[in-house]
Amino acid sequence: MSSQKISLTINGESVEAEVEPRTLLIHFLREELNLTGSHIGCETSHCGACTVDLNGKSVKSCTVFAVQANGGELVTIEGLANGTEMHPLQEGFYEAHGLQCGYCTPGMLIRAYRLLQENPDPSDDEIRVGISGNLCRCTGYQNIVEAIRYAADKINQAEGAD
Amino acid sequence: MSDAQEMTLEEREASIGGIGTARKRKEDARFIRGQGNYVDDIKLPGMLHGDFVRSSHAHALIKSINSEEALKVEGVLAVITAKDLEPLSLHWMPTLAGDMAAVLADKKVHFQNQEIAFVVATDRYAATDGIQKVVVEYEALPPLIDPKTALDDDAPIIRDDVADNDEVGQGKRHHPNHIFEWQVGDKEATDAAFEAADITISEDIAYPRCHPSPIETCGCVASMDATNGKLTVYGTFQAPHVVRTIVSLITSIEENKIRIVSPDVGGGFGNKVGAYPGYICAAAASIVTGHPVKWIESRIDNLSTTAFARDYHMTGELAADKDGKILAVRAKVLADHGAFNTHAQPMKWPAGFFNIITGSYDIPVGHVKVDGVYTNKAPGGVAYRCSFRVTEAAYLIERLIDILAQKTGIDKAEIRMRNFVQPEQFPYNSCLGWEYDSGDYPTALKTALKAVDYDGLRKEQAEKREKGELMGIGVATFTEIVGAGPVRNCDIVGLGMFDSCEIRVHPTGSVIARLGTKSTGQGHETTFAQIIATELGIPSDNITVEEGDTDTAPYGLGTYGSRSTPVAGAATARAARKIRAKAKKIAAHVLEVTEQDLEWEIDRFKVAGSDVSITMKDIAMAAYSNIPEGMEHGLETTDYYDPPNFTYPFGAYICVVDIDRFTGDVKVRRFYALDDCGTRINPMVIDGQIHGGLTEAFAIAMGQEIVYDETGNVLGASLMDYFLPSAVETPEWETDFTVTPCPHHPIGAKGIGESPNVGGVPAFSNAIVDAFAHLDVTHMPMPHTQGKVWKLLNELGLNK
Repeated sequence: MSSQKISLTINGESVEAEVEPRTLLIHFLREELNLTGSHIGCETSHCGACTVDLNGKSVKSCTVFAVQANGGELVTIEGLANGTEMHPLQEGFYEAHGLQCGYCTPGMLIRAYRLLQENPDPSDDEIRVGISGNLCRCTGYQNIVEAIRYAADKINQAEGAD
Repeated sequence: MSDAQEMTLEEREASIGGIGTARKRKEDARFIRGQGNYVDDIKLPGMLHGDFVRSSHAHALIKSINSEEALKVEGVLAVITAKDLEPLSLHWMPTLAGDMAAVLADKKVHFQNQEIAFVVATDRYAATDGIQKVVVEYEALPPLIDPKTALDDDAPIIRDDVADNDEVGQGKRHHPNHIFEWQVGDKEATDAAFEAADITISEDIAYPRCHPSPIETCGCVASMDATNGKLTVYGTFQAPHVVRTIVSLITSIEENKIRIVSPDVGGGFGNKVGAYPGYICAAAASIVTGHPVKWIESRIDNLSTTAFARDYHMTGELAADKDGKILAVRAKVLADHGAFNTHAQPMKWPAGFFNIITGSYDIPVGHVKVDGVYTNKAPGGVAYRCSFRVTEAAYLIERLIDILAQKTGIDKAEIRMRNFVQPEQFPYNSCLGWEYDSGDYPTALKTALKAVDYDGLRKEQAEKREKGELMGIGVATFTEIVGAGPVRNCDIVGLGMFDSCEIRVHPTGSVIARLGTKSTGQGHETTFAQIIATELGIPSDNITVEEGDTDTAPYGLGTYGSRSTPVAGAATARAARKIRAKAKKIAAHVLEVTEQDLEWEIDRFKVAGSDVSITMKDIAMAAYSNIPEGMEHGLETTDYYDPPNFTYPFGAYICVVDIDRFTGDVKVRRFYALDDCGTRINPMVIDGQIHGGLTEAFAIAMGQEIVYDETGNVLGASLMDYFLPSAVETPEWETDFTVTPCPHHPIGAKGIGESPNVGGVPAFSNAIVDAFAHLDVTHMPMPHTQGKVWKLLNELGLNK
């Protein structure tokens, strides 16, 4: 099958690659680039385990072709921390026991990363609506809501202090 | 040592991070960075991908399979069918229930989406291309979908391969579609009690077919190393050692030439206990091609083929006196096991521990009869976040006692109080054969009633009913039986259901421990370290816990049925105690005193009545350098623990719902869960387990069902149709606890992962029925979808 050249930015780094037009973004990330943090849970964009941030929006990379990301700017779980310094969301998930098996966690974190930019001080209900495209079978969400709240408070305090 | 000496006792205790500490999880570091290592993350050199051609029919003869065009597809290397596996005797496999299951359909298909051929290709896209080109010719047969017709004289025979056998692994049977009949209790005495009773109630109560559906589906990477003949299989296994033994038994490869590795597993909930065709086909394909072969299940494959749960069609009855005191319980069950009996439970228990239907109640006599049948549906019958058939049993008794309350006019909390096994009755021998180890049910319920102001809620409900509004209060006071189990009555393919822990203390006082269980999110790396920390006085941060690699971990039966803490957790404590006993001898030797002079204090042995002591850290070094004469060097041991009994966690749950009488929308206003899991190892992890279990209970009660049409098409095997609640639907949970330590467990723990599912489902169901109780509604079939609730509202004319 003929392949197509794409170039995009992933976690701040330029990437160029040849991909088949039918290659899904999640497979491109996981299999071509070995960025295995984003997971596959349903292949029908219901579960959100594959959520990545593309051009400032949360997208489910199991139903996006890699070629559609051409020229785009992508953030995945691997790009969330600042070097060894955890993002406040990662810290929140650790502190509030916001994960168990860890499979939905990267997608959940990347969705929450965008949510807090869309709405920096969300209510608990707004958090619940904001992550409703990401399913978790282990936690019952309560601690995830707390974890996001923790991160929002931490980010807002740091910004208030500036 | 000097730093430690300056700390107070409390500071030393806190520095250990042992039992009772809300210790943050050790495994989180990799998961929050996207550095987990799940099976689909594994990539081996030269790895191929395999996937299945699946049946479009529920019941049909296979006339032919034509792979010619598929083999022309670029990247496709092989198409494996039953014929190819037959010379290796791998086309059928033995199940954990004594039956046989087709690995690839052999001459006929028995359920929709059954595996017919395994296409092996260079990548998953090429495999999919190949699958499209395989042509299967069928001759359709009449399907059998409704289990209630399975034993009819003219029912289609599903399993031609065993049609003439008078048993299929679990005792005598009387029809080609019959799998087993299982009875327990005293039928005569029970019937007599029903004859004589003032009050009897009977209800048909179905627990629909549902599915555990972890976010990670099943999968594996099988790799046969031709140079040394060793087969390594990485996969989603809740019980890796059992998989190794079964693979050895069916392939005749010696067990030392098989390595099973469970990497990080993205949730199990019972889905990942069994052996599936994908594992066998990937292994066979690797042996044949000499390449590693990966198989990863799609979500549709997952929901429609591997490990359904429940599908229990129950008729439950209670006999009681006028005061609501239960005199007898009787249950008849039709169990739909699908096309092969692949249910995963201890082999002597074809209906699991369903005879726990006495629940938390002192019932003098009872009788249970369960019949298992084949249908043209996916095989399974796993314990979805519960011990074996315990959620079915708890659902039945908790519904029945509510119905009895309505019939007698006794309050639903009060009738439970009147029937509880009392604290002084433990150990309590139930009429259906269990020895309940411990419990305090009245305290649990009283605490719960007070916490939610039950009387106030009932008052509010009465006022609302006056106004025509619908409010329901659901009470569930459940008892589980978990921690399988005593080897005398629990085995899987003959393997006793013990579990194990090996502990090695390094010279500088840190530890590695390995267990026969496998965490699928429960946090074993964190909590089992806490048990060792308390027993050995070594900080939990210095204790590494490993599971899941059969080349390194001691043999164990795995993680399911809430058995990890009751069985492997006990082995962990006992192994640590063996080490401490040796450490004491070393301490006496180093301090030049007798063992009798020594007492244990948090992290050290101390000479009684003096300041002289030696820490565990220093004893560890001495174990490798300065030991008494005749002693072996080192500080390590393994414990295999055969529990003397099961454990019996219990709880009292209260659920309050408001129902919109025009739309049928059910709002869970409040859910209060009091759990007693005995000794609490990590309260943070326990709360997390309860939140998750309650959410799965909510999903089951409110929406989960795998539905088939009359021709055997599975309807809705995707997450579009199968209900996994999001954060929006999921209620807020309030947790509470009492502590009644298990008397026979070394640290008094009972297990917690499954209680919230077992107790949660009836709490939801009872709340919704309770909203209609004043209108003489006694039961509504699960799941309580908005459509079904609306239908009832409409029938009752309440939506006008």
